[in-house]
Amino acid sequence: MHFKLPWRNLWRNPRRTLIIMAAVIIGVWSMVFLSALMRGMSENMFENGISILTGDLQIHQKGYRSDPVIENSMSNPGEVKRVLAETLPEGARWASRIRVNAIAQNARHSAGITFVGVDPDKEKYVSFIKPAAVSEGKYLSEGDQRRILVGKALLEKFETRIGHKIVIMAQDTNGEIASKAFRIGGVFRSELSSTEKQYVFVSKDAAKELLRLSSGISEFAVLLEDHKRVDQIAGRIAEKLPEGYEVHTWKDLLPMMKAWTAMIDGFNLIWYVVVFIAMGFGIINTLLMAVYERMREFGMLKALGMKPVWIIRNVLCESFYILFLGIVIGDIIGLLSLAPLFQSGLDLSAMAVGAEMAGLSRVIFPSLNPNDMILANTVVLFSGLLVTLYPAVEAARITPVEAMMKT
Amino acid sequence: MKIVESINVSKTYQQGKVAVNALKNVNLTIEKGEFMALAGPSGSGKTTLLNLIGGLDLPGEGKIIVNGNDYSKMNPSQLAELRLFKIGFVFQAYNLIPVLSAVENVEYVMLLQGAPEKERKEKAERILDEVGLGDKYSRRPNELSGGQQQRVAVARAIVSNPAIVLADEPTANLDSKTGDGLLTLMKKINEKKQVTFIFSTHDRMVMEYAARMVHIRDGQVAEDTKK
Repeated sequence: MHFKLPWRNLWRNPRRTLIIMAAVIIGVWSMVFLSALMRGMSENMFENGISILTGDLQIHQKGYRSDPVIENSMSNPGEVKRVLAETLPEGARWASRIRVNAIAQNARHSAGITFVGVDPDKEKYVSFIKPAAVSEGKYLSEGDQRRILVGKALLEKFETRIGHKIVIMAQDTNGEIASKAFRIGGVFRSELSSTEKQYVFVSKDAAKELLRLSSGISEFAVLLEDHKRVDQIAGRIAEKLPEGYEVHTWKDLLPMMKAWTAMIDGFNLIWYVVVFIAMGFGIINTLLMAVYERMREFGMLKALGMKPVWIIRNVLCESFYILFLGIVIGDIIGLLSLAPLFQSGLDLSAMAVGAEMAGLSRVIFPSLNPNDMILANTVVLFSGLLVTLYPAVEAARITPVEAMMKT
Repeated sequence: MKIVESINVSKTYQQGKVAVNALKNVNLTIEKGEFMALAGPSGSGKTTLLNLIGGLDLPGEGKIIVNGNDYSKMNPSQLAELRLFKIGFVFQAYNLIPVLSAVENVEYVMLLQGAPEKERKEKAERILDEVGLGDKYSRRPNELSGGQQQRVAVARAIVSNPAIVLADEPTANLDSKTGDGLLTLMKKINEKKQVTFIFSTHDRMVMEYAARMVHIRDGQVAEDTKK
């Protein structure tokens, strides 16, 4: 009966109970729904960020990042490969690249681009540039000398098509302007059109030939299976590498993305606080009304010998029922409202330009992290119980004589 | 055997800026098994005295000793414990818990005492049978008449075998026939179980039933008569 009485008390005024329960449901639903959406955005930004050639970490020759020219390439990539082989955990992948700023041009157009020479077989495990990204033509193969992969957006900008030629001009290792005509062998698609305009890919051999480079490498990119270990692994690699190299994690390479993800976490926290405040005042208000209406009854119970702590327990129990039901229903509605978005995603095409500036894909899929849900439920449950203490203590403090005088 | 002793008890209330002397030097002794009434006009101090005997309030001066327990030496928790096990209350407005049935209302006191469920249920039903509500176990207070509700309140007051039952104007909201039936019931319980009943009242019928009448006037015992 300890638990039956608070339950029945809830339904003395069903409308009031349902209103406060609705507030809890809306609060929990919004926390679950928005946190899943925000986490989806955050993960999407992260995945886009690291897949666009960044990886979890990169290794460069000292000075390359401030002046990314071919002269700042690594002259002895073998020692880096050896350190990577010794250091990387199982499941980690790496690829080396030659990367220079260049000019692409055809008969009608020219544009500044990033010219990237890759090992096609290794690159496909590390970045977005893989056979699946090629929408027309074919992916690169080792030793391809004349074929080039261009983005769909660049192809459209240059008003050209697959099979046509495109000329790449860049400064070679001798400081001379080198140029070479490549045939468009494939067109890649990316989540972001800026990526399609920015990068062109050739095999590493083709890049070496154009840039008159013997064994030099611009960068090593590493993709880890467990992204959370990036700082630890980067530290280990840096320790083992000889002087003259720099190891940078994605946090150094993409400071904007780091700021965005931190902001999203902050936004979630602010939203939790807003929900807590709105819901907390609602609960206090409703339970205070419920308690003041029953002050005479609490006084009678104290006269019969009920201890104050039992009164507090009863009021907390009433609040617990409201919160628990609200949380369960809020979670269910949250999951139901997310279910279609897990399938189709949230289409941000209408805001494509803004979304792309933030490094977001056109379609965002929510990501439900059980920890977020547990946190939301815990925040609501414990904050709700915490604010209930006030009306509960008010009820417990009344003396029987005072209570009996109330009409 | 003395069950209640009031020794030089005074109580002053503050009403705004005015101090009201509700009781002045009240000395009263009540023996076990008495069926007595505290009578007097409104504001005379009879409810105040009843509250002090029940441990719901503490005297400003003097001592209240109930069943050998000196209230001045007890903390609120000990007073609550004493009320729970030794004192039953019957209120003018019945004061039943509206969301509990008749039998649950009676059981609730035993629940607070920590009695096991089976014992609670059996005893609550037996007591309700005794007060003539054997067919109303599952009725909620709003499904019972005033007289029936007050019988449930009496059942709740006696279910834990208290030493004293304090009844504050128990017949005030009842018609004379129902009130008469209730008093007959309480008298029967008093005689059968030797429970001390103390009423505060200005109902003539209650006074007629009472074996002892203590008239309170202006916060003092004006007259103490035994029949």
